[in-house]
Amino acid sequence: MSFAGELRVDWATSLSLVGTVLKALTVPLVGTALVALWYREPLAPFLATAVLTLAAGVALERLDRDDLGIREGFLMVALTWLAIAVVGAVPFLIASEGNLATPVNALFESTSGVTTTGATVVENFDAHGRSIHLWRSLLQWMGGLGILVIAVAVLSQLSIGGAQLMETESQTQDVNKLTPSIEATARLLGWLYAGLTGLMVATWLALGAVGLGPEVTLYDAVAHAFTAVSTAGFSPRAESLGAFSPAVQWATIPFMFLGATNFVLLYHLTRGNLSRLVDSDEFRFYLAVVLGLTGLTAGFLVASDQFTRIEQVARHSLFQVVSILTTTGYATVDFVDWSPAAKHMLFLAMFSGGMAGSTTCSIKTLRWLVVVKSFRRDLFREVHPDAIRPVRLSGQVVDEEVVRDVYAYVLLSGIIFVLLTVFVVTDAARVGNGIGEFEAMGASAATFLNVGPAFGDAGPYGSYVGFPWTTKAAFILLMWIGRIEIIPVLVLLTPAFWRS
Amino acid sequence: MRVVIVGAGEVGSTIAESLAKSHDVVVIDIDSDRVESLTYSLDVLPIEGDGSDIDTLEEADVADADLFIASTDDDETNIVACGAANVVSDAFTIARVKSPKYLQAWQRARGAFGVDFMVCSDLLTAEAIVGLAGLPTAQDVDTFADGLVQMTEFEIPAESPVADQTVAEADRFDSLTFAAIIRDDHVVIPRGDTRLTAGDEVIAIGSPDSIRAFSSEIAPEEQGPEDVVIVGGGEIGYQTARLLEERGFSPRLIEQDEERARWLAEKLPNTTVLNSDATDQELLERENVGMADVVVAALENDQQNLLATLLAKRKGTDRAITVVNTGDFAELFEAVGVDVAVSPRKATAEEITRFTRARRAENVSIIEGDKAEVLELEVDPDSVLVDRSIRDVAADIPEGVVIGAITRGDEHITPRGDTIVREGDHVVVFVDTEVLSEVTEKL
Repeated sequence: MSFAGELRVDWATSLSLVGTVLKALTVPLVGTALVALWYREPLAPFLATAVLTLAAGVALERLDRDDLGIREGFLMVALTWLAIAVVGAVPFLIASEGNLATPVNALFESTSGVTTTGATVVENFDAHGRSIHLWRSLLQWMGGLGILVIAVAVLSQLSIGGAQLMETESQTQDVNKLTPSIEATARLLGWLYAGLTGLMVATWLALGAVGLGPEVTLYDAVAHAFTAVSTAGFSPRAESLGAFSPAVQWATIPFMFLGATNFVLLYHLTRGNLSRLVDSDEFRFYLAVVLGLTGLTAGFLVASDQFTRIEQVARHSLFQVVSILTTTGYATVDFVDWSPAAKHMLFLAMFSGGMAGSTTCSIKTLRWLVVVKSFRRDLFREVHPDAIRPVRLSGQVVDEEVVRDVYAYVLLSGIIFVLLTVFVVTDAARVGNGIGEFEAMGASAATFLNVGPAFGDAGPYGSYVGFPWTTKAAFILLMWIGRIEIIPVLVLLTPAFWRS
Repeated sequence: MRVVIVGAGEVGSTIAESLAKSHDVVVIDIDSDRVESLTYSLDVLPIEGDGSDIDTLEEADVADADLFIASTDDDETNIVACGAANVVSDAFTIARVKSPKYLQAWQRARGAFGVDFMVCSDLLTAEAIVGLAGLPTAQDVDTFADGLVQMTEFEIPAESPVADQTVAEADRFDSLTFAAIIRDDHVVIPRGDTRLTAGDEVIAIGSPDSIRAFSSEIAPEEQGPEDVVIVGGGEIGYQTARLLEERGFSPRLIEQDEERARWLAEKLPNTTVLNSDATDQELLERENVGMADVVVAALENDQQNLLATLLAKRKGTDRAITVVNTGDFAELFEAVGVDVAVSPRKATAEEITRFTRARRAENVSIIEGDKAEVLELEVDPDSVLVDRSIRDVAADIPEGVVIGAITRGDEHITPRGDTIVREGDHVVVFVDTEVLSEVTEKL
């Protein structure tokens, strides 16, 4: 493939790499087909998609492949997520069940899945087969640690610049390589991720076995483990985690929390090195934000007499705060009915996100901590204008360039959020469906920050199906942008990227 | 003992001078003028040549040397010289370095580079500054017995409440002994009725706590410092700030070079690094340097150090400690208002000299040039002290000796008349130089 002289971006290489990822995608598709076979559900949605994906993957892979440059890396990251979202939507269309049967809805659901957002257009959960629900969950599980980590492992076998991809994926320098080889690091993180998922399946099954979670089936345990550890939030149950016993709800909280904890720190934890976690400024900050917001939410719930027992207040406030803050998006109750004060706490939690280097989305605590610390530094410099005071995280000096990048990121996120809200409100007015400002803000934040459920109709027990298709299209775009952390997309939009 | 010294600068000459009286000393220097001047001033054998050159070392007969000291101004030369000496002789080698990086590597594996003992001037200076900064009015501080015992030299200020008191009146601390008073260049061994006068320099030996308490007794208005300002972020300034941070201080450090200031700010998490000129009066006002308890001037240039210190003193700083690179300026600086002048070269020379003597004692501190020494000795079975009370021993040891402290294991024992000394105890004694050899034989 050749392009005009001034376009120096090597599309062929990027697309060829996307092809490799697509080829690998046939494995989960065939896996889901086997599950469909077990439940005596149609195999066509998965097998047909697998054939199409394999064909597309092989075709793309045959393109001339050269060394991966930084531009090709950016392009490949952006295209991979887009490609998987498109492929992920195909089984929904072929199955042609319920709300998922239209192209926009199918793409919305698939994008929401692979970006680990968890916003759904499904209203009648029983209209869909178990294999379709499992495919939703599996999309999220793959999206969780980043298909890119998997891709990196594949790509590094092809000995093409995996390290660049890793950097592109995690803007904030926090995915330190654990081993000299990127492939070994990716595999290590992958095992950790799979191990955590397995542990959650075992936990749920154990609770079921001892009678503390009578509703739990193997299917539930697997489907929820896929979406809890990936902090993604799809559930095959209409009431989400509200369909399970309090014990199961309590037991799920740590998995969402750990899914949003830096995996490098978790790795050290598995090595018995607790101090790395305790000494991490970001982890302490993350924990403090979770506990602080939970305390406030619980206070507001008590004040509004929402629940009678203290255990309920503790469980629901902690669960909802952890779920929203980690961008998982499960719910144990329909918090749409909560008092405005309690709801606003959840709204604030949407903007936090968990730790960098985890499966979480949103702004992430690392960035907020840098903002807080650099703001404190600015105040100090008001008093001591000659002082040189670097911003430190866990004792490590943060590059001034990174501080600037963080500010730019937070500012950009704010601007995009406001513009999206404005669009949601105007678009709703255009088609004659009024929407409240708070609901519009909630839906914008929940999609763009990849949280999932919002307030109003888009609440945890509702769906996004009622939004005009134009709004849904905007949500699809912004879920994609939000997941790959804005900057790579904006880089793609700058003329400098395309010039030499 | 045959001693070979490489480098005839301030450090080398000072060591040569103190060793020449009782040892055969050979001094090697590459500079012919220095070699020549040594020929006339000291009773040593000067050799012109490169101390890291094996031919020169053979000419100096290093093979027969017992002690080899490399003390040039160049770290690498000193280390290579020791390594070369190690090849051709069994002499004990001592290297002087300025940068702590070599010391760190050497401390990991003693004997690395063929160096048997390494003295780091910048770190030594920083340690001295930090010790002095912690004790108002102290002129000299040394620690013994793994830090259990401190020896301090205090000058008694005119307005001190202790001035004109007798030793018995001033001594209200359990674990403190007045070992000696230096008055008009003479060593006075204090008795209970000896009267302290302003300007006396008191040598006190005791636990660090009692030393600190006594220090605030002497100058009650000068409480332990909280606010320390360091001027100059060179190696000494950096190490001083680092050691202060280790002791829980949050010092301020003024460094003019922006790149260096940034480096310092990154390395020193609890130090406020100010990127400015310490002689800028506006900065001194803005940062309230006058309110600082201690100002340490550690710039490369002596004149700038003096200027910075005098400015800070004018703004009201209580105490100024200044690094003097030219040792001879020290007295002059102290005469014009600097409270303590610390010379890295003198400190290094003293440390090396001290080490050459310490081979019979555990540790030695040299008082006022060469007037007296404070020694730490482990009591062996042959000592006159074993199983006797100090009162009984007094008759057997000459005048000019004071037992300042005893440690038994981790325990600090204050020596009084009826204290019984046991084998294995560590004693810290003050000894007048005149009776030094007699005393070390007996103890």
